[in-house]
Parts: sequence; structure tokens; C-alpha cells
Amino acid sequence: MTGMGITVMSFSKITYLLREGFRSIRTHGFMSFASVTIITACLIIMGSIALLSLNIDALIKDLEQQNEVVAFVDDSIEDEAQASALQTSIQQVGNLSSVEFVSRTSAMDSFMSKYDDRLMEGIDETVFRHRFVLHLEDISLMAETKAKLEAIDGIAKVNAHIEYANRFVRVRNIVTVISLILTAVLTFVSFFIMSNTIKLTTYGRREEIAIMKMVGATNAFIRTPFVIEGLILGLLGGFLGFLAVWGLYTALTGNIMNSLTGSFLTLIPFRTVMLPLLVAFLGIGVLIGVFGGVNAIRNYLKV
Amino acid sequence: MVQMQDVTKIYDSSGTVALDGVNLTINEGEFVFLVGPSGSGKTTLMKCITGEVRATAGEIVVNDFDMMKIKQRKLSKVRRTLGVVFQDYRLIENMTVYDNVAFAMRVVGAKGKNIAKRVPYVLELVGLEGREKRFPNELSGGEQQRVAIARALVNNPRMIVADEPTGNLDPVRSLELMLLFEKINEMGTTVLVVTHEKELVNAFSRRVITIDEGRVVSDDGDGYYSYELQ
Repeated sequence: MTGMGITVMSFSKITYLLREGFRSIRTHGFMSFASVTIITACLIIMGSIALLSLNIDALIKDLEQQNEVVAFVDDSIEDEAQASALQTSIQQVGNLSSVEFVSRTSAMDSFMSKYDDRLMEGIDETVFRHRFVLHLEDISLMAETKAKLEAIDGIAKVNAHIEYANRFVRVRNIVTVISLILTAVLTFVSFFIMSNTIKLTTYGRREEIAIMKMVGATNAFIRTPFVIEGLILGLLGGFLGFLAVWGLYTALTGNIMNSLTGSFLTLIPFRTVMLPLLVAFLGIGVLIGVFGGVNAIRNYLKV
Repeated sequence: MVQMQDVTKIYDSSGTVALDGVNLTINEGEFVFLVGPSGSGKTTLMKCITGEVRATAGEIVVNDFDMMKIKQRKLSKVRRTLGVVFQDYRLIENMTVYDNVAFAMRVVGAKGKNIAKRVPYVLELVGLEGREKRFPNELSGGEQQRVAIARALVNNPRMIVADEPTGNLDPVRSLELMLLFEKINEMGTTVLVVTHEKELVNAFSRRVITIDEGRVVSDDGDGYYSYELQ
């Protein structure tokens, strides 16, 4: 026999165990309802946190992409072709999502288009340097990347907003940590409630369990109906939680998108997270259910 | 078969010495009474046989299983060779007589066909034919204990262990029950009856092991309850 009690069983044994699992749910209708509700509620909160942190994450990534790093080419390199040839060395630095060469001419043009022409009277393009506009893949490594860029022969100066980058990274880390902690706490709460619900159902059957032990039923056999009970309740809670989060998220994002905020906020559409969320919810439901069942019956099996 | 050598049991929580160097052997096919006053260690000794209690020291072998070394989750193997009967019957109230007995077979994974064949046979053996559909609370104490015996017998154990089986019964029912145990023994099953009922023991000419303060004080083949109850 294996620890979890999943071994090759005869058909009559399997049907017996399944029937026992369902019977317990039926005869303890209210408690079963209560534990499904608790799991659903916990998963709604967990799901909301997950979606919120995913959206914050996406938003920050979006902002990060706007955080450019500019590497200026040394004045000594006048020739445009020679300057743009530095691209190869730059790309070797790594951690770059995009590298764009901007010649001093186009740099001036774009500057001129932003400001009044008169400001630039008597100034020619030699005031500008050839440059590379870069975007990073991971902004938490910005300082390191900047140092590497500066080490390249022919690069005079690198402009990077490291403080901003660090702030973004910090916010993202905090969001991740908070959502992980909350998820862990809620998983524990659901597990605890599930376990106690099943414990109540075992209380009424402690005589039966004692007799099963006495006549030589294996621990796995005794445990299985309770595990099945937990499994069913957990799956049900997980699925209901998923439906609720789906409904809530769709309604909420719909409202935000239609309002003013929506014009400068991009929210993750539900369908992109639908499958992973469903899998996660069912997974958490199963986990809580199975371990809740195993935990509930633990004390009875020691005899 | 039960073999005990220098078996000692000290309960951790209270420090009580329940068994203090017990030596005894119960052979296959024997009928044995285990007697002694309350608190003498009878129940602890019985629980050492069923594996509910683990001895502190000594050697215990039950139906070829080494009870000192056996793992907790392997105890089910020992228990399938034993049939246990209690003073308070321990029947499941919301199951019929039939289901109470069939339950014991189902939970050890017996096939439906075998259950349907074996349960009526055992119920007839203990004299409960016609009572299959009754619930425990519709039966007399004697009948309920017969259901418990049927349940103990249904998986064809090598040994029946009965802890004060007649404790809740009047003398006539007690005698009838002992006759049933005798019949079971004659069919080849080892029987160990724990009791403190002097008259009952003396009415049968069987081996009597007397235990007091955790020690075997006498082991008589002539079947007389020599110990004076205090």
C-alpha cells in the first residue's frame, strides 16, 4: 500500500469507496455547503489578489519599457557608419530588448521638432552626438548593464535613470511578496476549515472507523472515502471560485475600460489568464481537499 | 497462537506498571479464560495482542507476527487473523444485522459474491437466522453480542479475542454465549475469553490463566477460577 492509498483495487472496492465519499457529503449537507463556500470565498480573494498583482505587474512592465537608456558615442568618431558599427559591441552586452542607432542628424531633427526652431539658430548638428537608444529586458540589472556599456570603446557616456528603475523593481517585489503571503495565508485558512469540516463528519463515524481498524482495514482504505469527500468539495469550491472571479473581473474591467481611467490603463483581458487560473483554482481546491481529508482522519488511524 | 515472554507495559502518561514480566503461550486451537480483578492488567494484555497497545519490553508473537517490531500500518495484517468481541458489542446503530457483519468483509476488500455467501452462513452459526434485517436496537443484549461474534468470525480469523463478552448479560444468556464460544472453538478457532465471572469460568473445564498486578499468578489446565475477588 502506498501512503496516499492509491493502489490497484477491485471494481467493487472502488465503487464502495466512492459511494462512501458521496454518502458523507450528502449526510453532512450543511457542513459540506459551508466548506465549499469557504473555499470559494478564499479562492475569490486569492484570485482577486492574483489578478490585481498581474495587472500591476503588466502596468509596471509597460512603464519600464518607456524607461530608455541612451548611450552616447564618443565625439572622436565623426563618421556615421563607423559609429553605427558599434552596434555589434553593444548587443554583446546582453539584457537589451531593443537597440536603435540614432545619428546626430536625426537626433537634431527630433530635437528641433520638439522645440522652437529659433532656439537652434546658429547651432549645427555637431553639437549632437551619435547615440544608441536602448531598452532593457530586466531593469533590475540596469546598473550592471550601464557599466558594461560604458566600458565599450567608443561609448562616451551612458544616461540611465537607475533610481527610477530601482523604484519600479521595489514596487514589483513588494506586490509579489504581499500576494504570495496572502495566498499562503488563505490556503492555510481554507485547509484548516476543510480539515475541520471533515473532522466533524468523522466524529459521527468514529465507531465505524474503530471497527474498521479492529477488523483489519488498511489505513489507506479507511482514509480514502474522506479523501474523496475532500477532493469533491475542493474541486467544487475551486470551480465555483473560478466562475465567481471570472464574473467579477469581467464586470469590473468592463466598467474601468468604459470609464475615463480606461483610456490610459491597459488591463489584462480575462481570457489570457483563464486557463492558468482555472488550473490553479482546481489545483488548490484539490490540494486543500485531499490534505484536509488526510489531516482530519489522522488521529483515528493511530490506533 | 500467542507467545509472550517477559512482557512489560508501563504507561508513559501515568507511569503505571500494567504488565510486569508476563510469560504465557496460547496454542493454536486452545480455549483459554484470562481472569483477574479489575485493574489487574487483563485489558492491557488483550490490547497487546490486538496491537492497540505496544508493550514497553519483552517479546510478543501473535499468529506469526512479531508485535514488538511490526509497523503501525502493518497492524491491519495481524488484525485480519483476529476476531475481537467487546463487552459493549460495538455495533453500528444505523446498519442492519446483515450489514454490520457484511461491513467487516467489505472493509477488508472482500468480493460481493463471497460476502453474499459467507454472511448468512455465519449468522446461522451464531443463531441469528431471520434477524438479518433488524437493527441493533431492536435486539436483546444477547442477540447483539451474537451479531458482534458473527462479525468477529466472518473473516475467518485464527483466533477470537473476547473482552468481558458477558459483562452486560444475565447468567443464562452468558452461559449460552459461552457455549457458542465453545462451539466456535470446536470448529478449530483459538478462543481467548477475558472475564472476571467466577461461576461462568468454573462451569467450563478449560485452561484458566489468572493475572494480578500485571503478573501471571496461576495458569491451571483444570479450569478452576482460584483467584478470590476482592
